This record gives sequence, C-alpha cells and structure tokens, in this order.
Amino acid sequence: MRRILAALVVLPLLVLLLCPGQGAWAAAPAFTLPALPYPAEALEPAIDATTMTIHHDRHHQAYVDNLNAAVARDPALRGLSLEDLLARASQVPAAVRNNAGGHWNHSFFWTSLSRPEQGGEPSAALEAALVRDFGSLQQFQAAFRAAGLARFGSGWVWLVTDPGGTLQVLSTPNQDNPLMDLAPVGGTPLLGNDVWEHAYYLRYQNRRADYLDAWWSLVDWSVVSDRYAAR
Amino acid sequence: MSCRWTWRSSKGFARFFTLRFTVFMAHTLPALPYDINALEPHISKTTLEFHHGKHHAAYVANLNKLVEGSDLDSKSLEDVITSVAGDASKAGVFNNAAQVWNHSFYWQCMKPGGGGQPSGALAEKINADFGSFEAFVEQFKTAGATQFGSGWAWLVLDGGTLKVTKTANADLPLAHGQKALLTMDVWEHAYYLDYQNKRPDYMATFLDKLVNWDFVAANLAAA
Ligand SMILES: [Fe+2]
Ligand SMILES: [Fe+2]
Repeated sequence: MRRILAALVVLPLLVLLLCPGQGAWAAAPAFTLPALPYPAEALEPAIDATTMTIHHDRHHQAYVDNLNAAVARDPALRGLSLEDLLARASQVPAAVRNNAGGHWNHSFFWTSLSRPEQGGEPSAALEAALVRDFGSLQQFQAAFRAAGLARFGSGWVWLVTDPGGTLQVLSTPNQDNPLMDLAPVGGTPLLGNDVWEHAYYLRYQNRRADYLDAWWSLVDWSVVSDRYAAR
Repeated sequence: MSCRWTWRSSKGFARFFTLRFTVFMAHTLPALPYDINALEPHISKTTLEFHHGKHHAAYVANLNKLVEGSDLDSKSLEDVITSVAGDASKAGVFNNAAQVWNHSFYWQCMKPGGGGQPSGALAEKINADFGSFEAFVEQFKTAGATQFGSGWAWLVLDGGTLKVTKTANADLPLAHGQKALLTMDVWEHAYYLDYQNKRPDYMATFLDKLVNWDFVAANLAAA
C-alpha cells in the first residue's frame, strides 16, 4: 500500500521533471475547433448535413487534436501561431505541416460558404480582377473546376492573389496550402474548395465534377470580396 | 480491341506502300473474384458498385484513352507502368495504369470469410522477418493510418525480405523494384460509405475478416 501511495506521488512529479513546461493536462490546448458559422443543414442540398457534421466534428476536430499533439512534442514550435507554422511548413515535422494545413484550410472553407444562393456576387473590384486575369467570371469558374478535377488523390483547389497582384487558380496536394513556404505558387487565398473524397463522397461518390458544380451555389462572395479588398 | 492502319509512301519513281497493322489490346476491367455483395457486412455492395464499377472502371477507360495510338498501346499493363514510372510528363498514364493494377490486385487480396492468420511458408516468413504475426499487423495498420491523404498499404518482398510499406495516390511496389504480396486501399472512397472517417475500423476489419491469405501465400510462392 505504501509503495502504491509513493508511486502515486512520485510518478506525476517525475513526469513534470522530465517534461518541463509540458503539462499537457493542465495547459489549455493551443488550437481549438471553431464552431460552424451556420447550422450543419444550412448548405443543403449542395452539401448534406451528415457530410457537414462528420467533416467538421470529426475530420476538422482530428486535425486540431493532432496539431496540438504534434506541437506539444516539439518545444521549438510552442507558442507559434497557425500562420507562423504554415510559413515554415518545409522545416516542421510532417504531422505539424499536415495538421496545421488541415486546421487552417477547413477553418477557411467553413467561412467561405453560406446558404445556397445567399452568397451574392463578387464586388466590382474583384469582378474586374477576375475578368482581367481569366477573361470572365465563367472562365475563372471553368479554370477552378478543371484544377479541382485534375487534382489526383486528395487536395484543395484555390483562388489566390499572387505576390504580383495577379489572380491565379492553383491546386495543392493533401492539406498543403498557398500560405506554406513550400507552395509552388504562394499568395493570399481568397477562396478554396476541399476535393478530398470525404468532402463529397456521401452525396456524390465518384462524381467529383457534380460536387464542384453544385458548390458554387454556396460561395459567399461578400467574404471573398472582403478578402480581396484586404489583400 | 481496335485496329490502326498506317500508310507510308516511299520516295522515288516506283512508289509503293507499306502497310502497318497494329493491334491495340485495350486494357479491360476484370470481374470481381466474388459476388458484389459477398464482402457484406464489412464492405457493402454499394461501396463495391462504386469502387469497382465506377472508380476502377474509370481508371481503365482513362488509361485506354491515354495510350491508344501511342507507342505504349501494345505494351502490357506492367510494362506501361514501369516504362512511365518517374516520368513527370507521363503522370496521367502512370496514375491510371497503376490504379488499374492496384485495384485488380486489391480485389484478389480479399475474400468472403477471409482474415485470420496465414499458415505454412508465409506464416514462417512473417515470423522470421517481423518477429511475429502481431508485429506485422501493427506495422501494416500503422502504414495504413499514417498514409496521409490517399494511398495504399502493402506487404512486399524486397530483396528476399518481407517489408511493410505505404505509397501515396497511385504509387506501387512495382515502381520501386519490390514484389507486392498484399495491399489495402486507404483512399477514402474505399471505406467512406461504410466507415466514414473511421479508417482504423476499416483496417481492423480488413485484417480480421477479409484478407485472402491464400492469395498472399501464392504470391510469395511465385516470387
Ligand atoms: Fe476536408
Ligand atoms: Fe480505390
């Protein structure tokens, strides 16, 4: 009995001594799951409530949890913001890169969408830039769709304003994004669509093209226009 | 199968034509080696209808479109894969060809009433190279769980030794000089309708209830 009591006292002390500053059970997690900015069923019919619930409550939550765990393992990364982590993606462990990307991308995705046909239109400034760089809004959408279809495996398709101020469509594998130092084309993301199968499989199965087409009805152009104005 | 005729004229007064007759052996979608509902309840009929009837079929159709009329169109599937592996300009051919191969192989790696443990020479080899069957299972599940994004977990023979590996997207042991003995598809489409985000549950079921160890043993024996 005395041995057990002694172990109960000594073991936590040992953990504290060996892992200074770790205190994972006491410290608040660095990163937390943001709530969806609308009910899970708000994006029906383009995205069904079940998909939204699993995507947010399980997939996004897992990226947050795995990111917290990965950062806790690496003292040099503690205290860095999500953007700081992305900016050094080429130097951090794969678990940090993948889960920091997963957390940022999904947070960005939820806030890019709104109820069907409630998203308005691009601002005059954004529309002018889209016409300037793609020819027309339709040609921009065609380029975005083509990039989404061409992403083999899991990934994202983006609209960014590149460092020279030109709008570009690009796609990144897995949870990489244009804010990462390793992105072949960097820039400020204005809009992003998730083309992992988990984003659409329950409703669309193999028909990624149908998902990409239906998704436009959800884009919140006021948010996208605000991002463009703030670039 | 389709045919292509090419007329070539030669120089000179005495014009003549040579006739080249090439036979394009189109790649085909193999039938599943069991009924479409045979893996229920572990893998649903619906999953196999999409996975085999849509995804695998699309890889076959895309591959045929890409190689027909090119210098690859008379090559076997494995020759196509090895001849374009690592060539970034042929990524489309590689991805579709490798996915045709991977899925044809994957269907055979499962059977109704599968799972359990291997026996005989395969069991001995697993014990010799991994320490125990449980150690192999651990490595195989870790490979599947840590393949971030889409891909495959494998048991391969690499220079006479069994190894567990994982590959991204369409990549496969043939492109790395290894012989595939067993694979598990960890693209989300393989399990999303039945398991959603719970890849570990799919992997555990694959090992416990589905693996066709006779097929794996035959692959080892033929190596
Ligand atoms: Fe996602
Ligand atoms: Fe698959």
